Amino acid sequence: MVLIHCPWCGDRAELEFRHCGEAHLVRPADPAALDDAQWAEYLAFRDNPRGWARERWRHVHGCGRFFNALRHTLTDRFAATYKPGEAWPEPPA
Amino acid sequence: MTRLATGGRIDRTRPLRFSFDGRAYTGFAGDTLASALLANGVHLVGRSFKYHRPRGILSAGVEEPNALVEIDRGAGRREPNARATVVPLVEGLVARSQNRWPSLRFDLAAVNGLASAVLGAGFYYKTFLGPGRDAWHKRWEPMIRRMAGLGRAPEAPDPDRYGNRYAHAEVLVVGAGPAGIRAALEAAATGARVVLCDEQAELGGSLLAEPSAWPQLAADLAKLRANPRVTLLPRTTAFSYGLQNFVALAQVVEATGGLRERLWQVRAGRVVLATGALERPIPFSGNDRPGVMLADAARHYVQRWGVLPGRNVTALVAHDTGYSAAFALQDAGAAVAAVLEMRATAPAALLAEATRRGIRVLANHGVSATRGGQRITGLLAAPRGADGTPDAARATPIACDLLLLAGGWTPSVHLFSQARGKLRWDAALDAFLPDEVREAVTCVGACAGEGLAPGLPVTQLAAGSATAHKAFVDQQNDVTTRDIALAVREGFRSIEHVKRYTTNGMATDQGKTSNMLGLAVVAGQLGRSVPEVGLTTFRAPYTPTSFGSFAGRHRGMLFDPVRTAPLHDWAMQQGAVFEPVGQWQRARYFPRTGEDMHAAVARECLAVRNAVGIFDASTLGKIEVVGPDAAVFLERCYVNAWRKLGVGRCRYGLLLREDGFIYDDGVVGRIAEDRCHVTTTTGGAARVLHMLEDYRQTEFPDLRVWLTSTTEHWGVIALQGPRARDVLAPLVEGLDWRDFPHMAVAECRVAGIAARLFRVSFSGELGFEVNVPASQAPAVWQALLQAGAAHGITPYGTEAMHVLRAEKGFIIVGQETDGTVTPEDAGLAWLIGKAKPDFIGKRSLSRPEMLRADRRQLVGLVPRDRSALPDEGAQLISSADARVAEGHVTSAYRSATLGHPVALGLLAAGRARLGDTVFATRLDGPPMALEVVSPVFVDPKGERLRG
Repeated sequence: MVLIHCPWCGDRAELEFRHCGEAHLVRPADPAALDDAQWAEYLAFRDNPRGWARERWRHVHGCGRFFNALRHTLTDRFAATYKPGEAWPEPPA
Repeated sequence: MTRLATGGRIDRTRPLRFSFDGRAYTGFAGDTLASALLANGVHLVGRSFKYHRPRGILSAGVEEPNALVEIDRGAGRREPNARATVVPLVEGLVARSQNRWPSLRFDLAAVNGLASAVLGAGFYYKTFLGPGRDAWHKRWEPMIRRMAGLGRAPEAPDPDRYGNRYAHAEVLVVGAGPAGIRAALEAAATGARVVLCDEQAELGGSLLAEPSAWPQLAADLAKLRANPRVTLLPRTTAFSYGLQNFVALAQVVEATGGLRERLWQVRAGRVVLATGALERPIPFSGNDRPGVMLADAARHYVQRWGVLPGRNVTALVAHDTGYSAAFALQDAGAAVAAVLEMRATAPAALLAEATRRGIRVLANHGVSATRGGQRITGLLAAPRGADGTPDAARATPIACDLLLLAGGWTPSVHLFSQARGKLRWDAALDAFLPDEVREAVTCVGACAGEGLAPGLPVTQLAAGSATAHKAFVDQQNDVTTRDIALAVREGFRSIEHVKRYTTNGMATDQGKTSNMLGLAVVAGQLGRSVPEVGLTTFRAPYTPTSFGSFAGRHRGMLFDPVRTAPLHDWAMQQGAVFEPVGQWQRARYFPRTGEDMHAAVARECLAVRNAVGIFDASTLGKIEVVGPDAAVFLERCYVNAWRKLGVGRCRYGLLLREDGFIYDDGVVGRIAEDRCHVTTTTGGAARVLHMLEDYRQTEFPDLRVWLTSTTEHWGVIALQGPRARDVLAPLVEGLDWRDFPHMAVAECRVAGIAARLFRVSFSGELGFEVNVPASQAPAVWQALLQAGAAHGITPYGTEAMHVLRAEKGFIIVGQETDGTVTPEDAGLAWLIGKAKPDFIGKRSLSRPEMLRADRRQLVGLVPRDRSALPDEGAQLISSADARVAEGHVTSAYRSATLGHPVALGLLAAGRARLGDTVFATRLDGPPMALEVVSPVFVDPKGERLRG
C-alpha cells in the first residue's frame, strides 16, 4: 500500500486515490478547428513510458481534488505530486 | 520410542494425545507434529505428488517439501497441506496423510513411479501435442485431473473468525533468532516502538537447538516482554514486503472461541530482516527416501525436542556443519556408521574430532544409491569421479536408518528480494547475498551471510547428478535432475522458463530447498556460472497464507456493502422480490398470492397504463449543480442547450464521453437561475460526478460552479398513470397547477413535506416524481397510497418499470447502449443543441466513422408469430442461415398492454429497414423471425404524458 502525497491533504493511503490517466493534456479550445488526425491525437494517443510518467490522480475518497504526479512506472515510486496548473518537476536523475 | 529420556524444550509433564491416519500416539507440549511423529518412530508421512513415492520428514521448519498432512479440526476446519514441521502439537490433534489410496503404506498410484519415463519434464504440455484433441479430452485430461492437486480442499464453509490490524513501528524485526533478538534489544534500547515477529511458536530460532544459550535467551526475551513499546509476535510470518516498508504479517492466534488468524499490516520506519538461512539438500539417486534428513534438522530434533530420529546414522556432508550434527546425534546415543565427505579432503580439525569419536570419514565420497522401501535401510557409498559422479562400481554398502544431508547454506533473501533489493553473488560464500536496496531495510545474521562459512560450492554439489536415476531436486513437485537436464536439452535456457517447464520450485514450498539446486543443475548443463544463469523472482507470500487471513471480516453480509432505498422496509413487508442493481437492492415486483413474475408484472403494467402506479425511484443518482455558472457548465458538458431552460422547467439530458458515445442520461431540472437538480442513472451516479468534477476542476476552473452528490438525500416517489394527478393534487400545497406542464419542476409541499415535484414520465403516461428528504419518503408514500386507494393505486417494481419504458422506446444506458452508441444511433440526435459550438464529445460526432450510413441504430422488434420472446443479447441476422451479425437484441419483454412480446435492438441501418424481417439467433432452436418496427410502441405522439 503506497502512501501518496495529496498536495492539499498530505500523505494518504493509496486506497483513497484514483488514477486518472496522463497529465498535461489540454483540451483544445476549439475542437472544431482540428482535423480528424489532430483530434484523434488528443483523444486517443497517450505516452506509455517505461520510467517516469506524468499522471493525473484524484484524492477521490478524501478532498476530491485532482492533482498531478510524477511516478515511475517500473518502481511505482512517486517523485513529486503537484497542483493542476503548476509546472511539472524534472524527473530525478 | 525414540524419545530421549532427558533434554530438549518439551514439557514431559504435559503429555498430549494425537492421531495420525487413525492411529493414536502421544507427544508432549512443545512438540511439533513432526517431532512427535519421529518420537513415535514414524518416518513415512506422505506420498509424493506425481510418482506417489513414500516420503518422510526432510526438515524441521517452513521449508519442508514432503511432510504435508491434512489437519482435521472438525467441520469446515479441515486444512490440507499443513507442514508437519510447523504444526504445534495440541491435545486431540487429528492428522492424516495425503495423496495415497487406499493407504499410506500401500498406495496403488505408486505405479506412476514405473511410468516415470512418460511423466518427465513438461509431460503435461506434451499431452497437447500429437494425435488430436480427442486424446486430450478422453485420455490425458481425466488422468491429469485425477492426479493433480495436493491434498483435499475443505468443502464446508470456514466457521472461524479472522482479524485485521494495522500497526506502526519505528523498527520491525523479522525473525527472532540470535540476530533478530539482538536487533530488537538494540532498537528497544533507543525507546523505539519495536515489533518482533517469528514464524515459529517459540521465539529463539537457531538458539532453540543450543541448550547452552537458553538461559541468555530466556533473559533477553523477558527483557523484551517487559518493555511496553515492544510487541512480540510468535507464530507470525512476514509474508509480503511492499513499497515504503509496508509489511504484511500473518499471525496464527487460534484463541479458543476467538480469532483463528490475524493479518497485520505494518508500516515500519526501518525493517530488520533476520530471516536466517536454509540448509541445502544434496541430489543423488534415491535421495528422497524416508529417513533422509537435513543434518541440521536432525540436530534440532535431538537438541530442541529430545528426539533421536535414527539410531544408525550416516552423514553425507559438503559443509562443516554436517559434522556438528553427526556429533550431536552420537552424543545423544546414535551410532554413526560413517561420514561421507564430498570434498576432496575433510577439514583437519573435524577429521581429528571424528577420529577421536571413532567415526569413519570417507573423503571425496558421494552416494550412488540408497536402499529401503518405506524407510532407508542402507546406501552405497561411492568415491566421486573427476566430474563428481559417484562411481557405483567401487561403491561400498553401508547400513543405516538415518542419512543426514549437509549441503551447505542458502541465506533466506526472500523478503529482501520482495523489497526490490538487488542481490549479489558472493563467490566465496557460494551464495546470493543482499546488496543495494531503496527501502529502509537492514539484513542481519545468516540472511546477510554473517557467521556462514563456505562449503562445497553448489555447482559441485550437483555435479554428476544429472545422469543419476531419481535424484530429486524438488521433492514436493517430484522434479529430478534428469527432468531439468531434459528441459535444457529441449532448448530452455532462461531459469524462469526451466522453472515453468519442469515445475521446479513451483509447489507450496516455493522451492525453498530446491531453487539453488535446480539452478546449479542448469548451470552445469549450460556450462555457465550460477550468477550467469540467475535466480527466479521471489514473490509473496513467503509461505502459504490462508484465504481467511486475507478476507478477514469481509465475508457474508460484510463482503460488499448493500444499499437500500427509503421504501426498502415497506417493500420487504409487502413481500416484494428484490434484485441487485449495483450495490442497491431494488424491489423487482410485488407478487400477490398465486402470482408468478410474469403475472405480477403484467398486472403492474396494466395498472400504470389504465389507472396509476407508484414506484420507488430513490436510487436515481442526483447531483446538485450550484453557482452563477451552473447552466453554462451543463451547457459545456451535456449535448443539450441549457441556458434557455427556464426556471421551473426540466429537460432530458444526454452526456457523452469525449469519444462521442453515450455515457449517461437523466432529467435536469432548473430550480433557480443558479441551481440545477441533475439526475443520473442508478449505476452511473458516481462516475458521472467524477467526470463532471474532472471537467470542473481541470478544464473549466474559471467557472463558478459547485457539484454535490445528493443521491441519498432525496427519496423519489414516482406516480405514473392517467389517474396520477387525481391522486397527487389533493396532497399538494403551494403549486400553480395551471403552469405545470409536462417537463416542469416546482418546489412545493406534498403531504405537508417540503418537496421538489417533477412532472416527468419514464412510462409514457402522465407522471410525477416527488422528491422529498429521504427520511420523509415513507410518510409521503403512505399518504399517497391512502389517497390513491380509491383510484386503484398499484405499487410496481423495476421489472414493470423496464417493460413500460421499453413499450415507449425509452433507452436504458448500459442496456441499449454499450459504449459504442452515439446519440444518432439511439435516435436521440434531436436532443443536441444545434447552435452550440462545443460540448463533450461533439467533435467526435463528425468523425467519418460516426457518419457511416450502416451504423447500428435503435429499432423496435416484434416477433412475426407475435408470441415467442427473443433472447436479450441474441444476434440479429438478415436471413435464417446468415452467418454475419448485423446487430443484437438489447431488451425483450412480454407486453400485457400490446398483447405480444416487444423488443428493442441495435440494427445496421435499422431506421431504413422498418417493415423488414430480420432473425434473432437462439441458443435452443432455429433463428426467430422478427419484424423491424419503430421503437415507440405506445402512444407515438406523446399525447398521454401531456394529458
